[in-house]
Amino acid sequence: MAQSMNLKPFYVVLGVIALVGAAAIWMARTDGSAVEVGPTPVSATSFPGHVLGSDSAAVEIVEYADFECGACAHFAILTLPDIKQRLVATGRVRLRYRDFPLPGHSQSPAAHMAAACAGEQGRFWEMADQLYFGQQAWVRDRRPARRFEQYAEAIGLDMKQYEDCVDEDRYAAQIAAGREEGMTVGVNSTPSFLIGGLLVAGSISYDSVVALVRRAEGATAR
Amino acid sequence: MVAAVLGLVGFLISLYLWLWKVGLLGALVCGDGGCEVVQLSEYAELLGIPVAFFGMLAYLVLLALSLLGLQPRWQERREPTVGLVLVAAVGVVYSAYLTYLEAAVIHAWCRWCVASAVIIASILVAAVLGLRAMGRPAATRGTAA
Repeated sequence: MAQSMNLKPFYVVLGVIALVGAAAIWMARTDGSAVEVGPTPVSATSFPGHVLGSDSAAVEIVEYADFECGACAHFAILTLPDIKQRLVATGRVRLRYRDFPLPGHSQSPAAHMAAACAGEQGRFWEMADQLYFGQQAWVRDRRPARRFEQYAEAIGLDMKQYEDCVDEDRYAAQIAAGREEGMTVGVNSTPSFLIGGLLVAGSISYDSVVALVRRAEGATAR
Repeated sequence: MVAAVLGLVGFLISLYLWLWKVGLLGALVCGDGGCEVVQLSEYAELLGIPVAFFGMLAYLVLLALSLLGLQPRWQERREPTVGLVLVAAVGVVYSAYLTYLEAAVIHAWCRWCVASAVIIASILVAAVLGLRAMGRPAATRGTAA
């Protein structure tokens, strides 16, 4: 016969491991890490970012993002379409994209320049989609410029104007300004979001965005 | 017991990656962003379902088999340990494939995925040792699996 073991201490150890793991995962949720920030000091000459939505929307979501950041692509692919369709298109929210290229991302400056040059022709959001959905392809390219040109063609840009813009680094100062402005409000990772005075980091879910928008709407109504 | 503890830790890692994949968590705690690159690659899904979800299922089965093998009426039977060896072997093969993809195709390392690969390999080793111990006289056995 098998010797009967007292398994209770073992079950206690398993339970402790399960609890610690569950607590760690729970704390990784983004909602708990929102930080309240004061009004953003924006100078008259600073770049306002790329805006989508109505000027009269009660709430503005400011996203600080890097085109080479995987979590930013995750957010852009999984969550942003819902935000555009259900919050921006209905006039409830205005979305503002601010460039926040991270220092360690070598392809990022070129990607942000491609998006800014597309923005010059009113196609920033279309280029942003191309960059995020194609991130896996260009992030490994030694010279991603050719692929960005393909994206530019695909979204119907005037290629001469686009190429001149990229060659001149026409928006380098504005991109740098976006990053500086983000650092002023405390951004230190991407994506980060400023919603109703709360700064939240990470690829937050649509439900989290809605909760923060509701909170901001409540604050606006008071 | 070793397999049960490892199975639980593996399940928690898979749960973490799956929750991130479905957008319920913030940024992955990963260090250099390699986890996100790997998790956003086409290889992070199988039949349209996140690979992490299959990992969760596999670790749950391993945990259940390990606990079953610890029950008095199953301690002398080989079935739970044989089951552990079979499930863990499939897991090791698939983890090895994923690790190869990280090194040779995706060119990015997901630390959580590597940790999971180490865990599944350790479970296989523990299960094989447990199976071999079953062939020995009861007095010389350990409780590896």
